Amino acid sequence: MHLPAILPWGAAEGFSKQMLLVLLSVVIIGAFFVLAARKQQLVPGKLQFAGEAAYGFVRNGIAKDIIGGRDFIKYVPLLFSLFFFILVNNIYGAIPLFQLPTFSHVGGAYVLAGLVYFTWIAIGIKKNGLRYFKLATVPSGVPWFILPIVIPIEIISNFLVRPVTHSLRLFATMLAGHLIVMIAGSGIEYLVMQENLLLKGTSVLVLAGAIAMYMLEALIMVLQAYVFTLLTAIYIEGALHADSH
Amino acid sequence: MNQLIISAATEGEVNPLMPNLWEMGVTLVGFAILMFIVVKFVVPMFEKTFAERAEAIEGGIAKAEKAQAEASAALEEYKQQLTDARTEANRIREEARAEGAQILADLKEKAAAESARITAQAHAQIESERQAAVVSLRSEVGTLATTLAGRIVGESLNDDERAARVVDRFLADLESQNAGAAK
Repeated sequence: MHLPAILPWGAAEGFSKQMLLVLLSVVIIGAFFVLAARKQQLVPGKLQFAGEAAYGFVRNGIAKDIIGGRDFIKYVPLLFSLFFFILVNNIYGAIPLFQLPTFSHVGGAYVLAGLVYFTWIAIGIKKNGLRYFKLATVPSGVPWFILPIVIPIEIISNFLVRPVTHSLRLFATMLAGHLIVMIAGSGIEYLVMQENLLLKGTSVLVLAGAIAMYMLEALIMVLQAYVFTLLTAIYIEGALHADSH
Repeated sequence: MNQLIISAATEGEVNPLMPNLWEMGVTLVGFAILMFIVVKFVVPMFEKTFAERAEAIEGGIAKAEKAQAEASAALEEYKQQLTDARTEANRIREEARAEGAQILADLKEKAAAESARITAQAHAQIESERQAAVVSLRSEVGTLATTLAGRIVGESLNDDERAARVVDRFLADLESQNAGAAK
C-alpha cells in the first residue's frame, strides 16, 4: 500500500507533490472538457454527452437552482471551475500512487475559500452599494432592543466565521480521511509483521475496515466538492438578493 | 506506526492549519489557469450547443405543430367534403322521390285523361248513333207521314172526327214504336 508523504506539514522548500497534483488537475480538467466540447454536435457523442452531463450538473443543478434568475449564467464558470477543481483534487486521495487529496494541505482550501469570500462581498457591494453591509448584518423585522445582540452575531457569522468554516470544512474532511486511510495502512503493515499468527490474522479485520473507510472517503470526496460549490452558490445568491433576506 | 506518531510529535511546532505559501501560490495560479480555460473555451462552447439544441428542439416542435395544423385542416376538409357528399346524396334522393311522385302523378293524369277520352269517345259514338237513329227515324217518320197521309187521303178527308181519330191512332202507334225503340 502506498503511503503518501504528508509529513512534514510545512515543507517550505521545493516543488512538492501537492503542487504537481494541482497543476496536473488543471491539465486533466481542461483537456477533458475542451476535448468534450470541441466537436460540438446537436446529437452528442459519448464524450460530449459525458461532458455535457457534468457541465449541466453544475449549470442547472447548482447555479440555476440556487442563484436562478436571468444572470445565473455569469457565475457558472466560477462554480464549474470550483466543483471540478476540488473534485479532481479530492479524488486523488482515492487513486493509488497519487494517494493525496491536495486539500488535506490547508493552503489550497484557504485560497479557494478566500477567492469565494472576496467574490461574494464584491457582488454584494456591486449590487447594493455600501448599503450591502447594513443589509447583510441588520436583519429586518427584528425588535430594536434585540439588535445589539443580533448585529454582532451576524457580523461574526457572515464575515468572520463563514470563510473559515468554508475552507476548514474541506481541509478537515480531506485530512481526516487521509489520516484514517494512512493509519489503517500502517496498522495493517504493523500487524502483518507480528510473529504471533493470531495477531497477524487480525490484520484482515483492519483491512476490511480500511476498505469500508476508503469507500466512505470516496463518497466524502465527491460530497465535499459539491458542498463547497453549493455553499459558494448560496453565498453569491445571498449577496445578490441581500435586500430580500 | 509508532515511528510515525513519534515523528509527528517531535515536530510539534508544525501546525496543520498553517499553510505553505508556495502551495497556496501554485493553487491560486492553477485555479486561475483553469478559470481562464473554462471562461474562454468550455462554457461558451457548451452554452452554444445548449442554445442550438434548444433552438433545434423548439424548431422541431414548431414544425410538428405546423404539420398537426395541416393535418387537422385536411381532416376538416375531408369532413366538409363528406358532409357535402351526404347533402348531395340526400338532395338526389329527394329529387328522385319527387320525380317518382311526379311520374306517378303524370301517369295518373294520363290514365284519367285516357279514361276521359274513352268516355268521350263512347259518348261521341252514342251521339253519332243517336244521330243516325234520328236521321233514320226522320226518314221513317217521313215514310210514315206519307203512309198516314195516303191512308187519310184514302179514307176520306171530309169527316173531321174520323180524321182526328186516324191522327190519334197514328200518334199512338208512333209513340209505342218510339218507346220500343228507346228501350
